[in-house]
Formats: sequence, C-alpha cells, structure tokens
Amino acid sequence: MNHGNKQIKNAQIETRIFNNRIFYSVIIVLIAISIIIFRFFYLQVIQHETLLFNSEKNRIKTTSLPPARGFIYDRNGKLLVDNLPTYRLQFIPEKVLDLKTKLDELKPLVKLDDNDIETLLLQVENNPAFKPIIVKPKLTETELSSFIVRKHTFSGFDAIPYLIRHYKYTNILAHIVGYVGRINDADNKRLDKNRYMGTEYTGKRGLEKYHEKSLHGQPGTLIVESNAQGRVLESIEQISPVSGNDITLTIDIDLQKTAYQALGELTGSVIAIDPKNGEILAMVSKPGFDPNDFVNGISQVKYSSLINSIEKPLFNRSIKGGYEPGSTIKPYIALAGLYNNVIGINYKMFSKGYFQLPNKDRKYHDWKEGGHGNINITQSLAQSVNTFYYDLAIKLGIDRIHDFLIHFKFGELSNIEILGEMRGLLPSRKWKKDKKGTIWYPGETVITGIGQGYFVNTPIQLATSLSILANKGLFVQPHLIKKDEIIEKQIFLDIEEQYWSTIHQGMIDVVHSAKGSARTIRNPNYLIAGKSGTSQVYGKKEEDVYNKNIETPKHLRNHALFISFAPANDPKIAVVVVAEHGSSGSGTAAPIAGIVIEKYLSDILKMNQPGKK
Amino acid sequence: MIQSQHNFHNKRHYVDWWLLSLIVLLMCYGLLVLYSAGGWVLVKQQMIRMALGIVAMLFLAQLKPEKLSGIAPWLYIITVMLLIAVLIFGYESKGAQRWLKIGIRFQPSELAKLTIPLVLAWFYRYRVLPPDFKSILISIVMLLVPVVLIYKQPDLGTSIMVGVSGIFVLFLAGLSWKYIVSGIATVATAAPILWHYSLSAYQKRRVMTFLNPENDSLGSSWNIIQSKIAIGSGGLFGKGWQNGSQTQLDFLPEHSTDFILSVLAEEFGLIGVVILLLIYLAIIFRGLYIAFQAKDTFNRLFAGALTLTFFVYVFINAGMISGLLPVVGVPLPLVSYGGTSILTIMASLGMIMSVYNHRKLLKS
Repeated sequence: MNHGNKQIKNAQIETRIFNNRIFYSVIIVLIAISIIIFRFFYLQVIQHETLLFNSEKNRIKTTSLPPARGFIYDRNGKLLVDNLPTYRLQFIPEKVLDLKTKLDELKPLVKLDDNDIETLLLQVENNPAFKPIIVKPKLTETELSSFIVRKHTFSGFDAIPYLIRHYKYTNILAHIVGYVGRINDADNKRLDKNRYMGTEYTGKRGLEKYHEKSLHGQPGTLIVESNAQGRVLESIEQISPVSGNDITLTIDIDLQKTAYQALGELTGSVIAIDPKNGEILAMVSKPGFDPNDFVNGISQVKYSSLINSIEKPLFNRSIKGGYEPGSTIKPYIALAGLYNNVIGINYKMFSKGYFQLPNKDRKYHDWKEGGHGNINITQSLAQSVNTFYYDLAIKLGIDRIHDFLIHFKFGELSNIEILGEMRGLLPSRKWKKDKKGTIWYPGETVITGIGQGYFVNTPIQLATSLSILANKGLFVQPHLIKKDEIIEKQIFLDIEEQYWSTIHQGMIDVVHSAKGSARTIRNPNYLIAGKSGTSQVYGKKEEDVYNKNIETPKHLRNHALFISFAPANDPKIAVVVVAEHGSSGSGTAAPIAGIVIEKYLSDILKMNQPGKK
Repeated sequence: MIQSQHNFHNKRHYVDWWLLSLIVLLMCYGLLVLYSAGGWVLVKQQMIRMALGIVAMLFLAQLKPEKLSGIAPWLYIITVMLLIAVLIFGYESKGAQRWLKIGIRFQPSELAKLTIPLVLAWFYRYRVLPPDFKSILISIVMLLVPVVLIYKQPDLGTSIMVGVSGIFVLFLAGLSWKYIVSGIATVATAAPILWHYSLSAYQKRRVMTFLNPENDSLGSSWNIIQSKIAIGSGGLFGKGWQNGSQTQLDFLPEHSTDFILSVLAEEFGLIGVVILLLIYLAIIFRGLYIAFQAKDTFNRLFAGALTLTFFVYVFINAGMISGLLPVVGVPLPLVSYGGTSILTIMASLGMIMSVYNHRKLLKS
C-alpha cells in the first residue's frame, strides 16, 4: 500500500512463477530426502557389520582373570613355594589431583622415604595417566589398616589385594627354584599375550622359569556388559581360571639344608643324587640369595650388593661353575685302562716319586715325596698315586681317553631342568686343533691322566658321570622334578663285572683302607666309595702346586673336590662336593660328603625300620 | 474428502485433518522413540508440550492470514529488539547467550524463525514479482540483521535456520536463477574468510569434527562417531525397541534431543528411518500443496517458506547425526525432546493450516 509500485502486479505471472518454484521445491526435497536415505542405507546396510562390531566392542568388555600359580613341594611333600594373599598400594595418576602432597601425607602411614617419592614422581611422567603406579608392593598389616581408615582422603589411591609368590626357603633353595618377577617389555615379547593378559608375574630364573608353562595355569575370562562410564552392568560369561600345576621336586629339603650348612664358611656346590633313578636329592650352590627380594623388583642397593659381592651369590655354581675334575678323574682313567686292555686287574707299577716322558727333562711329581712304591690299581686310587696315572695316560693316549670318557657324559650338558647350564670340556686332539690351532702334545696327555689341563666340568656333570660309574654303566637322566618315567640307558655292556668291582673297590679303599686318603669319614654302618680331587686355581706358579705351604692366600687355594657314593655295594646316594678354595679334597670336601651321606642314609634307615631306634 | 469433513464441522473451527493426523502420527512415533531414549519422565513432559503445541497450532489455524500480515512488520521490529536485548542482558548457558528471562526463560531466536518468513512474505506482498534488484537488497538486509544477531549469541544452528527460511521466501518469490547461482558462489568464497575471522573456537571445533571425526575419539567427535555406530549397528531392521545398546548404555550422547534419530535408527533400523522420512515427506508435501493452493502472495510465500524450513530441519538433523553435515545443533522437528522447538514448529504448522483454512474466504 505504501510502496509506490511502478508496475502493476500481474497475478497470472506471479502464480506461474510461484507454481514453477513449488515444482522445483518438490524436486529439491525429493533429491535431499534421497541423499539422506542413501546415507542411512550406506551406514545401515553397507557399513552395518563394521559398525555392529564397533557397537559390540563398546558394550562388551572382556577382562582376563589371572590363574593362581602352582605350588612347589619337596620329595616328601613339604611346601617350598606358595602364594600369600597380600595388599599393594597403588594410584591412578589421572585420578590424583595433587600427587606430591598426597604422597607426603602417605609418608608416615606406609613408611616411604624421600627417595621413594622422587622415584614415583619420575615414574608418573613416563606412565599413561590411566595406568596404575605401585606405591608399595607389600603393605604390612599396620600400614594397610592405617591407609584403609584414611582412604577417603586419598582419592585415586587404593589398596589392591593380590597373591604374592612366597619362597619359604631362601638362600638354600634359591638357585633351584629361582624366582618370579614382574612382567617387563622383554617378557611381553616372549609370552603369549592371550594367556598373560591379567598376569603380572612370570618366572625369571631357575625352575620358575623352566616350568613357567606348567606353573602359570590357564587364565579365565570375565565378559561383562558395561556402559559408557565403564560401570559393569551385567556379567555375561565367566570362565574361571585354572590354577597352575603344582610341582614336586626330587629335592629333600632337609638334606638340602644339611648340605648347605655342611659347606660351612666355604663357597661351592654340593650335589646329591640317587644314581638308580636320577633323582637329585640335594643341589646346593653357596652362597645363595633371597628370591623374595626379586618378586616385586629388587632395590638398586640390594642388587648391586649381590652383583658386586666377590662370593657371587647369584652365580649357580652347580650348573655354571667350571672346575677341573682333578684326581676325581682317576677311577675313570683306570677303568679306561682295563677296558682297553692296556692294563690287567693285577697290574702293578712302581712309583718312584716322579714321571718323565722319554727324552724330556720335565718331571711330573707324585704328591708324596719319594713316591708310593709298588702300587696296584686299588692302591693307586686309595692313595691317589699320580705317577700311576701319568704312565697309564701315556699308555692309553689322548684318543682312547677321550673316546672312553665321552660315554660318561664328560663335556656334555646334563640337561637338568634349569636354564643356563654351562657345557664342560673334555679335551681331545680334534678339539685342540679346532680351537687352538695346534697339535696335541704328549705332556698334555700326562696331566689329563690326573684330570688337569684343559678339562672343565660343572658339578652337575660330575654327578652325572659319577652316577654312571656307581651304576656300573647305567645312565639315568638326572632330574629335579618328580616323574613317573625315567630315562635310562645301559652303556658299556662289554665292561666285565670284575673291572667295575676293581674300580669300586679302589674307591672303597679311599675311605676304608688304612692308607685311604679320605679315611676320616669312614663309618661302620655302610661302605662309602669315594675319590678326592683338587681343582687348580690359576694364578699360582707351577712349583707352588705341590707346595704344602698353608699360608697360601685363600683366593689362590685350590678347589677341593670329592665324589662318592654309598652304600658302595648298592648305591642309594651319590654325592659330589666342590668346596672352593678348600685346598684338600680329602680334608675339606670329603667330610662334607660324609655328612650328607650320613644324613640321607640314616633317614632312610629310620623310615625303613620305624620300630628300631 | 477434506471438503466434506470441513463442511461437516462448525464453520468457525478450521482444521486440516490431513495435516493434523500426520502430525499426531509423527508425535506418537516420536514419543515411542523418546520413551526408549529417555523414559517415562521425558515422555510425560513432552506430551504436555505437544498438547500445548496442538492447542497453539489450532489457535493459529483459526486466525486469518490477513491479521498475520498486519502485525508482521511489528513482530519483526520486536524480534530484532529482543535479539539485541539478548546480547546485552542475556542469560548465559553452555557458553552461549540465547535466553531472556521474562517470567519464564524465553529464546527470542525461536521467535525469529517465524517472524522472518512472515515479514519477508509481507514485504513481497506489495512488490512486483519476480523481485527486482532493489527489493532483493532490502530483503537481504532485513534478513541479515536477525541472522547476524543470532549468530553472535553464538547460535550457528538457529542463525542458519533463520537465514534459510528467509532465503526460501526469496526463492519462492521468484528470485532469478542468476542471483541464486551467484549467491551460492558468494557463500562458497566467503566461507573460508568467515572461518578465519568470524567463527568462534567452539564453532570451528564442530566443523573440524565434522571434517575428521576419527581424529579425536574421546573429545568433540565422540558424539558423531557414536552416532554413526548406533545408526550402522541398527542395520535394516534395528535391534528392537529399547534394545539399542548404544542408547541404553549411554554411548550415544544427547540421545533424547539432537541425536534422537540415531536412537530410532539403532532400534528400528533403516525401515524405521524410511517410515519416519515418509511421514515427514507427507507433511512437507501437504504444506507445499497448501501453499500451491493459496491465491494470495503473502499466504503462498510464508506457507511455502515455512514448509521448506520445516524440511530443512529434517534434512540438517538427519545429515548431521549421520555425519553428512557438521553438528550445528538442529533438533529433529516434533521428535527431539525440548519445549521451545515444539512450540515454534507447531506455531508454524498452525500458520500453514490457517492458509489452507482461509483459501476460499480470501478468494471471495
């Protein structure tokens, strides 16, 4: 009305324009609706499976329920390793507002020091904010209760119950069972992710590592429906975890304790084995350590004190310690002489105090000045006559020595159920050519006769050989875990019985004859067959080897060795003792073996005759 | 048929039964979905609002369009003043000033959705159509004032809706294609500049989320990702009423309001979505038919523009919850929970209905 129009509005034109625009509107609406329908078709039909999977992933949360680790028992059913319920204090970084203040408040409650707090604050920086950080792995009861009553003031912190591995026997058993520790990145690469989703610990050393698969058990799963806030609404399915298998050792924990104590102040190894079935009754490496320290991570201070100790407590001497067999090789050399018909049962030899190779100046001495006189095989063993074996070794030659000893598993792995065993060395012409690039000299054969030179054995390998010797040629696989089936194999079917009995007699004479080197350990109840030896400690001058000077500093003293089995006519136990820097095989090592044998045989006797006292 | 019903009733009560029954059908469908998404409490409140909405619609349907035309310029002036008042005295909520407290909380931008088509239809009522450059310029200015004011609150969604409703009037008035094409070109060029100098951080974030939702799945894009999962996992037939895990377990955000179509899609599947869209389509076509039947320019323009605006609500909401468009906060008409939106839409439908009711009276 108030707009002055120059043109008159034309109703017909306007209607046409408008109808035309309505027509376009309908087209636009139809196109737009089609776009929407196609979009929903794309999401709901073409993308349906992917998005349905995502929606299920939202809805369903799967948690892994860790299994309880299997226990470890000794041969008599005594509990050695179990799991203890305990609490750890942890916090989730993103849920704690003022961490520094809260940690300071916790300090007196759970006994933290400034160092701990600093470490924790450092940890937070490299940790995803939702992943819990452990303040203290093991709360004492007082710590737990003083935290619990104040828990409401520590939001983000919580005391979480869990099962901690517990080693009842520490030093004496540490090298056998080893320990578990927290799973680290290296473990994660090795372990099956699906089975270890909820597991926090894994075997790191010893049987705990070797038998990880069996000890760990089968994890369970808990499938729950949870909402967007993560609250569990409904448990859909629960598969309970299956605890790990228990393990029964062949170890007699009392005998193990006896052996450990028998070593006294000395470092070294004691192995007791039942030669008939290969069961290892005791296997000591002294000193030991406390495996419990490692479960939640050992402190830096403790660890460096273990690593830097000259006694090397983390070193398992029983399977890793390399020693010369020394004179303990003599029974095998004598048997080699008989087997190869180099000597006969009644062979005798005159010991004049030294041995010389033809056209050579060098003298190889007896330990007794002036020699032992006329000596037969049993006497050569009882009195440990070196010249007898120098001579015999030359007569045999290195090839026959090597080829014979190899059947006693010298220089082979014992395949015991602990990882990290060291392979010993049985020298040979070929070995020397390959490794040293030089020919074998006769002088080397001479000292091989008394177990010196290139020879290296671990205590467990000495025990294996000793079992074969005690069994008169029957090899039984030594083992630490009780099993129904034992692996055994008869070797040397062609060694005459009288050869075996001659050698055994010589070893009995070591303990029971008037001139026997280890006669101090004789016992009226049973016969012990034994042989002492010394393993040279390098760093000494040649002429000092036979120097009886007792003032040799301890770390340069020779290692004392003793191999033995008893009762000699029906061996129930074979014992290898390596007493480091013990100087004298018969003086130091033999009595240790005597204690172990006595403990075991008197226990058996008690068990078999409960009425008698 | 409608004619006969119309005659059957008292002449003083004007009701378009087609439109009314479609609206009631849509409301029932919406309540069904809302019950699943938000429970009985929300349904009860929504029903009260819907009842009020129906009353408002029927009341406006009785008004002669003539009267609306008469008050249109005054309504426009009041709206602009209220929008200015919002910016000065407004009540702040969720980082935006959209509310005025006059006894009850009141959102003037909602009023603008009705006023703009009305005032522009009134403007063209006296102009020769198709509009010349001068009248286009005037109407653009009239449109831009409230759009900019709403945009400043900031409320991107509503300012777009208001802008669109005005442009539809221009379109229906016969704005030449030349202008339409150059207008689109201008917007396309201006968008990056606006992005740089004009959008606030939250608006930028919304647009960025739209462009790349997988970028930050727990932040602003969470909504759109979860919405797509809800829609897609529903499949062809849906997970069943009250069985949508995305909805029931709270993975889907704002599932009673802006994202209610995702709930429907999850629980009733593509079939349910298509049924809903068909109902909307029927309402829109009915509205366009009413506009088409109208003989007066004012009636045609505002009935047509309001109908097309109603359609744009559906399109933008469905587009944004399915990841086709940025999340701009446009509710799904008559289905999303929320009072103001229902009243506005019902009012616009009432006005459309009044055009139908008074088509003959005007003619005579």
